[in-house]
Amino acid sequence: MTIDLEQFYEVFFEESLEGLDVMEQALLGASSNGVDDESINTIFRAAHSIKGGSGTFGFNEITDFTHVMETLLDEVRDAKRDLTEETIELLLKSCDCLRGMIESLQLKKELDSTESTPLIAAFEAILNGKSDKLIDSNNKIQNDTNSSLDTSDAEQTADAVDSDSILKDSFDLLLTDTVTKPSVAVDDVNAGTPSSKGWRIRFIPEPQILLTGNEPIRLFRELAELGEFTSVAHTENLPGFDSLTVDECLLSWTLQLLTDASKEDVLEIFDWVMDECSLEVTPLGDVPDTGIDKSEAERPALDSIDLEQEPAELVNIESASAVRAVDEEEKAAVVTQSIKKTEPEAGSASATSTGSIRVGIDKVDSLINLVGELVITQSMLSELGNNFEVEKLDRLSMGLEQLLQNTKELQESVMRIRMLPISFAFNRFPRMIRDLANKTGKKVELILNGENTEIDKTVMEQIGDPLVHLVRNAIDHGIEPVEERLANGKLEQGTISLNAYHQGGNVVVEIKDDGRGIDASVILAKAKEKGLVDGAAELSESRIFDLIFEPGFSTAAVVSDISGRGVGMDVVRRNINSLGGRIEIESKLGKGSTFKVFLPLTLAILDGQLVRVGSEIYIVPLISIVESLQIKPELVNQVGGNMALYRLREDNVPIIPIYKEFGIEAENTQLEDGLLVVVEGEGQKIGLLVDDLLAQQQVVIKSLVNNYRKVEGVSGATILGDGSVSLILDVGGLIRHASERSSKLRRSKKHIKAA
Amino acid sequence: MDIQSLAQTIPVEGEISLDGLDFISHGDEYLTFCLGEEHYGVEILAVKEIRCWETPTLIPNSPSYVKGVINIRGIIIPIIDLRIRFGVGEVVYEPTTVVIVLNVETEAVNRMMGFVVDAVSDVLSADEESIKPAPNFGGNIPSELVAGLINMDESVVTLLVTEQLLTLEEDSHD
Repeated sequence: MTIDLEQFYEVFFEESLEGLDVMEQALLGASSNGVDDESINTIFRAAHSIKGGSGTFGFNEITDFTHVMETLLDEVRDAKRDLTEETIELLLKSCDCLRGMIESLQLKKELDSTESTPLIAAFEAILNGKSDKLIDSNNKIQNDTNSSLDTSDAEQTADAVDSDSILKDSFDLLLTDTVTKPSVAVDDVNAGTPSSKGWRIRFIPEPQILLTGNEPIRLFRELAELGEFTSVAHTENLPGFDSLTVDECLLSWTLQLLTDASKEDVLEIFDWVMDECSLEVTPLGDVPDTGIDKSEAERPALDSIDLEQEPAELVNIESASAVRAVDEEEKAAVVTQSIKKTEPEAGSASATSTGSIRVGIDKVDSLINLVGELVITQSMLSELGNNFEVEKLDRLSMGLEQLLQNTKELQESVMRIRMLPISFAFNRFPRMIRDLANKTGKKVELILNGENTEIDKTVMEQIGDPLVHLVRNAIDHGIEPVEERLANGKLEQGTISLNAYHQGGNVVVEIKDDGRGIDASVILAKAKEKGLVDGAAELSESRIFDLIFEPGFSTAAVVSDISGRGVGMDVVRRNINSLGGRIEIESKLGKGSTFKVFLPLTLAILDGQLVRVGSEIYIVPLISIVESLQIKPELVNQVGGNMALYRLREDNVPIIPIYKEFGIEAENTQLEDGLLVVVEGEGQKIGLLVDDLLAQQQVVIKSLVNNYRKVEGVSGATILGDGSVSLILDVGGLIRHASERSSKLRRSKKHIKAA
Repeated sequence: MDIQSLAQTIPVEGEISLDGLDFISHGDEYLTFCLGEEHYGVEILAVKEIRCWETPTLIPNSPSYVKGVINIRGIIIPIIDLRIRFGVGEVVYEPTTVVIVLNVETEAVNRMMGFVVDAVSDVLSADEESIKPAPNFGGNIPSELVAGLINMDESVVTLLVTEQLLTLEEDSHD
């Protein structure tokens, strides 16, 4: 039987990348908060599963690389070695390296070993340099493997030994009560603390476990390395010799392990077979207990319990596939709960995904519930419709109301599936800040708040780069060097905080630093120098800050010695605008600045104002509307020949009649008594002249580009309640279009004058 | 509403019987349609559906032959009037005016569009040999759109290249 392993590659890549993220976070946690067992275990686990997976799929480069990593981590875990800054740095580098390797595997490219080789050498140097046992460099690799606890070693060794002795080995382990002596490494551990604790494991594999390439003997070997190991095989399910099938595993085992290892360590060994067995891990009594019989006598109930029906509250990871489906966070939470160790870091273990989303089982359940309700409503309505009488009108309208409610809830739940906690976007910052702080010699502390705020996956993917840019700017230009901070009476360590929270229909992401702030006067001076604003103009502070988003502002000369943060800020704003969001700046000179990014909750749905022009209905995104008003003729000023401006308090807003812009018929072509929808985009306001304001409603955004092409002034389309199509106006595009046209007009006028 | 009685009132042109049809025909099958007096054909496998004419939503500043967009079960597709595009026939919208919805999914192109034609006429099967190369005529139709000509009784059917037809819009950006 051959299995096409390639179909699992994608899952492996995804899981490995997730594992690397987890590892990286734990490493960063360890470097700032000091090392605890929990984070070491997290790191080790991540490395271990990557190694296991890569071994299974035959990605030997990755296996080799993670192997040395794991060896080192193992020594740290066994407290034989401290996790020094140097080691953490090396491990972080190897995370990057592994990520690169996985990515090139994903692209089916040849692996480049130029990066990994020196890292492997560095690991080996650390491993050798400090362990006094391993002097002979010729033997180093072999010795390294001896002191490590991993599967592929066991496999390799097993491969080397001829098959007879494997069989013999297996039977020793499988069928007798042999106490397997662990390797040297474990002896050392046990010497330190007398083994008074341990685990009792009831392991009932499913018959097909061997078909998936999982050998119980291998698991036991690994267990044996954790401590003193005893196994009892239950053979009662074995059929007679004649009906025995070679590749079916009908044995089950009661294992006893005297060890200091945590429950997680034990469970970890079963990681690969979780889905194919029934597993119960219970702590042994405090009294050292070597006899299986005795412990069985103490807990006579255990064997009789039907594992399938046991409630989940029991300290029992029964790994049905459902557990797998629960997203990473919940899984981590379950594990931490069961081992009674609540570490905050473990809860934040999270997953990044590219092509797929992990959805919490609760979300799926709520969907199923809602669909159920919808079906009930539907059947009620269709029954009503079958023999309808006027008396039933009340029930009909009630039913329709219920349908509306159901649909709304269903829509919300479906949207929630696309929502991911913003921690996915935040996760990269600890590492980035650490690196940048090292590079710039500044001391920076990062505070993350509201990481669980959920945001649409698409928004998340696109907001990453702008956020990185803003954070980098905050370190580069915001936070002052240590001396300057001290001179200004500030703490030596600067603080950057990232906050995410909901506000209205938006998600707000705040990037706040306590650096030197933005000097409005300098910005204004520079802008005047660049000709971006009129020389005599008086601008409010917020208008001045907005200037740094102007495309022309971002040149190196502007940003070098002042607090201006101009590099590519126009790109940042454009990206955010294209997501339908906006950005605001607050800053106090000497105290720090706050960048607030407002993002829509989702890209698929938009709150829109329906407006009518002639017989066409257009949708204006509600977020861009400043106000809608009836035009007062006395406030309209004609300027530049063809341009009408509307005086809106302090601002002069250009009026853009949609009928002219789109070349369609309209009822009202006069400015007097017309309706003006004032919209804002890209820092500019325009007034759209429309015939009528209709309802406000949520609309589902559909693409025009898929089947047609990009249309100037239109960002997309939607389907209205009557099934007709309505176009969504692209406010930014309209503004650009209008300003381009006016500048063209001006140019052509100049031409005429010149002629 | 009694659909069956309605159905009987619709005139049926000839009896449709499946016996005479050769399902395992040689060559490809083409759906033919009329634009004014002229006959055209498209690969039948690309035809998604044939719809009645309905007034679409205007697209601002689009060429005159792009009539607008309509909603087909949640997908928004543009409607192109081939009569205007090719400059043949009279542009009137009558009950027989139909929209042929074509869909192409290849690696390069994946799109759906509706084309307004005067009427759908027939299904034609033709093997490679019977398709004759089009003479380099100076008509309104770009030569890359034409796959060839087929003689059908007295008249000539111009076969159109579906993929080219569907990407018509991208190139002709003004």
